[in-house]
This record gives sequence, C-alpha cells and structure tokens, in this order.
Amino acid sequence: MKEEMEVLEQTIGSEYKYGFVTDIETETVPKGINESIVRLISKKKNEPEWMLNWRLKAFAHWLKMEEPKWPNVKYPPINFQDIIYYAAPKKKKALNGLDEVDPELLKTFEKLGISISEQKRLTGVAVDVVMDSVSVATSFKKQLAEVGIIFCSMSEAIQNHPELVQKYIGSVVPMTDNYFAALNSAVFTDGSFCYIPKGVRCPMELSTYFRINTENSGQFERTLIVAEEESYVSYLEGCTAPKRDENQLHAAVVELVAHRKAEIKYSTVQNWYPGDANGAGGIYNFVTKRGICLGEYAKISWSQVETGSAITWKYPSVILKGDYSVGEFYSVALTNHLQQADTGTKMIHLGKNTRSRIVSKGISAGKSQNSYRGLVRTGKNAINARNFSQCDSLLLGNQCGAHTFPYIEAAHPSAIIEHEATTSKIGEDQLFYCRQRGIDTEAAVALIVTGFAKEVMNQLPMEFAVEAQKLLAISLEGSVG
Amino acid sequence: MHMAISQFNYIEEKFEALQTAHPNVLLNEVRQKGFQTYQTAGVPSCKNEEWRYTPVNNLFKQAFLFSDNKAAINAAFVDSVRLPESATANELVFVNGLYQPSLSTIRSANDEIVVLCMEAASADARFADILKAHLGKSSLYVQDGVHALNTSFINGGVFVYIPKNTQATLPLYVYQIADTVHHPVLAQPRSLIYLAESASLQLVEHYATSGNSDSFTNEIMEVVVAGNSVFEYYKVQNDDASANQVNTTHIRQIGKSYVHTVVITLSGGMIRNNTNIIMETPGNEAHMYGLYLLKGNTHADNHTLVDNREPHCFSNELYKGIMDDAATGVFSGKIYVRPHAQKTNAYQSNKNILLSEKATVNTKPQLEIFADDVKCSHGCTVGRLDEEALFYLRSRGIDAAQAKAMLLQAFANDVVEKIKIDSLRQHIETLIANRLSLQTN
Repeated sequence: MKEEMEVLEQTIGSEYKYGFVTDIETETVPKGINESIVRLISKKKNEPEWMLNWRLKAFAHWLKMEEPKWPNVKYPPINFQDIIYYAAPKKKKALNGLDEVDPELLKTFEKLGISISEQKRLTGVAVDVVMDSVSVATSFKKQLAEVGIIFCSMSEAIQNHPELVQKYIGSVVPMTDNYFAALNSAVFTDGSFCYIPKGVRCPMELSTYFRINTENSGQFERTLIVAEEESYVSYLEGCTAPKRDENQLHAAVVELVAHRKAEIKYSTVQNWYPGDANGAGGIYNFVTKRGICLGEYAKISWSQVETGSAITWKYPSVILKGDYSVGEFYSVALTNHLQQADTGTKMIHLGKNTRSRIVSKGISAGKSQNSYRGLVRTGKNAINARNFSQCDSLLLGNQCGAHTFPYIEAAHPSAIIEHEATTSKIGEDQLFYCRQRGIDTEAAVALIVTGFAKEVMNQLPMEFAVEAQKLLAISLEGSVG
Repeated sequence: MHMAISQFNYIEEKFEALQTAHPNVLLNEVRQKGFQTYQTAGVPSCKNEEWRYTPVNNLFKQAFLFSDNKAAINAAFVDSVRLPESATANELVFVNGLYQPSLSTIRSANDEIVVLCMEAASADARFADILKAHLGKSSLYVQDGVHALNTSFINGGVFVYIPKNTQATLPLYVYQIADTVHHPVLAQPRSLIYLAESASLQLVEHYATSGNSDSFTNEIMEVVVAGNSVFEYYKVQNDDASANQVNTTHIRQIGKSYVHTVVITLSGGMIRNNTNIIMETPGNEAHMYGLYLLKGNTHADNHTLVDNREPHCFSNELYKGIMDDAATGVFSGKIYVRPHAQKTNAYQSNKNILLSEKATVNTKPQLEIFADDVKCSHGCTVGRLDEEALFYLRSRGIDAAQAKAMLLQAFANDVVEKIKIDSLRQHIETLIANRLSLQTN
C-alpha cells in the first residue's frame, strides 16, 4: 500500500511535459475589447462588410449577456479587458510548402512528437497548422482540391468562398447562443473551414493542430465544416499548449453541418496546459461545439479525449433534425491536480427514427473535479427516437470528485431512452489480479485505466489513438491509492 | 381580496399578525429566520435549477388565501377519506394546514406515542430542547422561498415523539385536508417527528380536499431518527386536480438507523415532493421508493436527496412513472457523497413509461461524489411497453387493453409491493387496478 501511495504521488505530481515557448515574433493589437477592437480585427483580416456587421451585432449582444454561473466549476473572475484579442505571426506570406515554414514552428511540432513533415510523408494527413490564430501553412491542399474539397483557414474562406461562409456561419451556433459563443462571434481571429461536396468521400483524415502561444492572447477559433449530401469527412483536432503562468482563455466555436446521408466524424485530443500542481496558470477552455444533421440519414460523431486545461466547459452537441439521423458522443475526460472539467453533450432529437449514443468516461485524480452534464431531449415529433447513454467515473485518490448531471426530457411515447452511470475506484481485486501475475502497480493501473477508456479510444482514428494513449499514460501511470 | 398571494404585502401583513398574535420565543425566532429567507430568496422561477421543470411561481400568481380556521370539516368528512384500518390506528387530522385535535384520535397508550401542538411542545420541559435542536433544520438544505414561506408561518403544527425503546404498535395516519368550499386556500402544515433510540414508527400521510376551489398545500415534515430506530413513511396522493402541493419530507438519521419511504402519486394538480434523507452518522440505511401514475393534466415532480455525510451508509432508490394524457412527470434524484463518506453504497433507478403523445417526462438523476472508495450507480430509462411482452399475452388470448393493463400493473407493482402495511398496500393495488381498468377474477 505504501508503495502504491508513492507511485500515486509521483504520478499525480508529474508535471506537464509539453511546456515550452516558441519564440516567433507576433503582431498583436492592444489589450481589451471594445467596438474599435472588433473593427480592427475585421480590418486586419480584410473582411467584407457583412462579416464586420455580423461581428458588431454579436459584440452588441455579448455586452448584454452575463457570464454563465451554472457550470460546476470555480475560477476567479475573468477580466475581459486584460486579454489580447488578436495575435498573428508577423512573417505572413503565401507558402507553397513546408520548406517555407518558420523552422522554429517546425521545431515546436517536433517537440510535440508530431512533426508535420513526418506526418505528411508517412501518414498522408493534411495538416492545417494554426499557430496563434492565423494559419501559417496548409498542406495537401492541392490533393483535396482535385476532389473538390475546400479545406482552408476561416480567413481564406471568408475571402474566397464568402457565399458558403455567409450561408452557414452561425447557422448551428447562433451568435446569441451563449456568452462565450457571442464573444467568439465578435472577435474570432481564425479557424478552419471545410467543405465536402456532394458524394465525395474525403480521401484523408483532415487535421488541425492548435497551439496557444502568445502570452495573454485568448484564442478565439471558429471552425465550420459542411458536408454535402452523401459525403464523408473525418476531422481531427489536437491541442497542446506551452507552459504559462497566467490563465489563458480559449473560447472556440465549432459548427458542423451534415446534409442528407452525409457523415462527419470529429475527433479531439485536448492537452492544453492544466496549470501546475497548485492550480496556477492553466487554460480556460470554454468551447461551444455543435453539429446539425440537416438531412435524412445524416450522421455526426464526436470523439474527445480531454486531459488538459485548468477548466474545461464543453458540450459537443448534435441536433438530430433529419429523419433517421444519428448522433454519437464518445468522451474520455481526465482531470488531475486542481483541474475542473464540466463536460458532456446534448442530443436534441427532432426528426423521426433518430438515434443517439453517449459514452462518457470520467477519470478524476488529485484534487480535481470532473462532471458529466448531458441533455437528451426528444421533441413532440421525434417518433421512435432512441438514445443510450453510459457515463462511468473512476476516482483515483480520495480528494477528487466525480459528478453526473444527466437531463432527460421525453415528450413522445415512442421514445426509448436509457441512461446508466456508475462511480467507483479501481478495484483492489483487479489490481491484485494483475500484481499476482507479475505486473507492477503502475503498469496495472495503466492497464485498467486503458481498459476503462477503451470503448472511447476505439472510436478515435488510428493517428490519434496513439497520441491519446500517450496522454493518458503521462497523466495516469500508477495513479491509485 | 382576490389578488395573487405574492402581491400587495398580503404575506408580509399576515406574517406580522402571526408574530404578534402567537408570541413564542422559539417559534418567533424560527419564523423570523424563515421570513428573512423568503424575502431574500423570493419565489423560484423555472430559471432556478431546482425548479426547472415545475413552474411553482404560477401558483403564486393565484389568489390563494390563508385559512381563517373556521373550516367546516366534520368527523363524517374525515370518515369519507379514511384509509382502511385507520380506525385501529393513531390518526392526526390537519385542516388547511392546522392540526385539529378534536378530529384526531390517539389510540396508543401515553407511553408509546406523544402528540402535542408545536406551541405546547416548545413550552414543555421534556421536549423544548428537542424542538430547539431540531426544528427548522431542513432550511439548511432547502433554501428556496417556497420552503421558507412555510417556515415563516409555523403555526398550528404538531410534534410527535416516540419514546426510547418503544415499538409503536399502531401506525400513525396523518390526514391533510384542504377545505376550499369558500375560497382558494394556502395551507402550510408543519410537523416534527422525533424517534428516540430503539424506537419504531410507521407513518402514513394522505391528502384530501373538500370543496371545488383550488388549494395550495405547502408542507414541511421534519423527521429525526435516532440510533437503532426504524422509520417507515408512506405518502398517498390521490387528490383532486385542484389540489396543488409542495411537500418536503426531511428525514435526518442522527444514529445508525433504518428508513423506508414509499411515495405514491395517483392524481392532483401540480405536485412537488422533496424527499431528503440526511445520513448524519455512519452505517445508516435508507430505501426510497416512488410511483407516479398520472393522467389528465397532473404534474408530479419528485425531488430526492440522499446526503451521505458519514462512511458506511447504504441507500437504494427506485422511482417509477407512468404518464398518460397530458400529464407531466419529473424526477430529480441527487446522491451526494461527502469527502469523508468512504464505503458508501448508493443506488438510484428511475424508470418511466409514456402512454400518450401529450405526456412528458423530465428526469435528472444526479451523482455528486467526493470520496473515492464508494460504489454509486444510477440508471434511468424512458420507454414504452415491450412489444414482445404484449404479443406474448395477446397470443394467449388476452385482449390488447388487458395485456397493456397487466404489464403496467406489473411495472407499478415493483414500487407498490414495498408498502409494508398490508391493508394500505391492498388499497393502493385496488386503486391502481381500477385506474388501469384491470379485470380481476
């Protein structure tokens, strides 16, 4: 037992391994937010007038809103005037290949173990690198263009495909949706845009690596993915951030639109700086993610592995509007030290014969708090809606908390909704079984936790599963009391 | 004076009048605190998470009046609403929230059960300390304005004491009667039940209405269960559609004890039941069951809380609902495990069947866990009758309506069978069979 405690302390004490600062010159605007900052961002990005008006409308609305207090998280008040809303790497010019990318940037990715060049060569993953709000390099564009897929930064999309952006932006997450979505709508600096034409199956996994880099710069990404009829796309989003002492705000918005028979698979591995053992520093991750299955037989699947951030506030949701549409949510959320996570999903069943599935695995260690908050709603016309939810929590150590807040609202007699949740610690018998067979405590815990999260890990694309496993191992090896 | 109760200082004036008319050091203080909470917290709206699905503020827009205690309820009316075998039990009758000693009957010997008016108990040297220590503790858990409104008007309540080493042989039947013949009534019954060490009590609470106007019964029953005691609580709600209720049954286990509750809701207007079990010592055990079988426009909201404050406690919870017509069922269950409460075992299950397209169910089973060595689980389902089971019965010559009734009865029976008083259980079974039009041979 003593040995186990030591291992536990070592592991819980393990520091963030990805903490470093990339030294790239950045161009920033003054701190704070007001109408002229919104105009300045829009001007710097050379946006058309409708985009500026949209931002201003969102900003006006944001001023009228109040910060939400209902999540089960605690943090000091955010001073929104103390944030730099725009930071772009200075050396910005058209790039044709990786050779032209700042070598510092490439090194950053190498440190992360995700070398772009290697990925490009070995895995065939197209990487749209987002480094502090502005896309620096986009690869494989040509290959994607051949099949008609548009995959570019949001800024480029606004310049080159305004009709698409104008049609879909804010259609899933309206600018008035919530406090942080409104803020994002006003000041978003960049993000990814992806358009899959009718009948096209995207030939590769699309991937964006986000990094938060400039000190005090909140990142306001905006991602929009539109899948036309009978198309398919798998999108990966992975995040690591350098170590910082001050809390950084990240309020992204992700919108997915799936038309008839289209399928979007959106996977996230999030490992931003969670703060040190005392809870100093760390990213505030307040993200609004939502997809809509517009047409019949559309499918949207969210998979996420959340190990980072001081505070996570995130509910990837699916609106099942089309008949026979399907929504899925697979999540592993791991909290350690003083991390707080309030995450889950919303499945809004509107169409007939819609189905959804929720699998959420929460792992809490140290003094962290981990909450699942989910909503399953079947509307009056959602005949034969079907949902299954499972949320399991694993507690490592006796100072952490695991909470479950499922909301189920059924308004049609044909709906079948099932929810089940368990909370427990790693069984002594399971540990004993492993140790008896010569597996040390640390490896045994890793084994058991991997098994606990396996159902979700299996949903991740190959490229991601490896990284996700690594992250779990870093945060968890031997965490048992 | 047909104004909404929340308007024109009606409540403020009544409160001042009560404080002056019935001075009592202890009660004045508790009422004063309650009134302060009422004024600061106000009436909750749907934006209040605890009241998300139950628009209780609508009740406060209606012209309910406090009763003037000139209620014309007589023994004959009480007879008409009695439960079977209550003639051989101890009976307490409340009319419009006020305890009516003249209609009540205590059949047990004096040393088996003590029933006193709250005012008398606070002046009685034997019980003053108990009241002082335990009255109003539910306010620590339920802090909304509705609960505080009851506390502000503690008057005509009752104190029940089961002495040490007493196995109360007769069950205690409590009748809450609303007399709405003259005007819509706001009734606020209040009681404190104290089981001393190694005592036991079976308590049955039943609700009825005389008159056609609306009623709003806002009740708080606080129960304190000391070590080695056994407390069983049964609530039967089968009232008129005009009868609205907010009930708080706040049970504190202050010694290692056993609590068993069954809440049956068959009809009524807007009903909210808060059933709280607070485990204040190690090794407590609690079983909570509920059935809401609803039709018409009945809205039944069951909020349950199990607060595991100490280690080695066990709780098991099963709530089942069947919603027909335009009825709404709400369930919100919370299991709270404090950091100190290791080795907690807590189970919670909520199962619902919707029978009509206008029926709704909103359910929110929650776990809040701050200790690691625990086993907690909850499950929740919303669904319809099993097609295969229906087919099985039909293939054996049972018509569709009967097959459905049989399956629903079986569904409900998981809860009904937990009633340990035989006569009461049979009574509920009959009510349910009639409701479901089940043909019995």
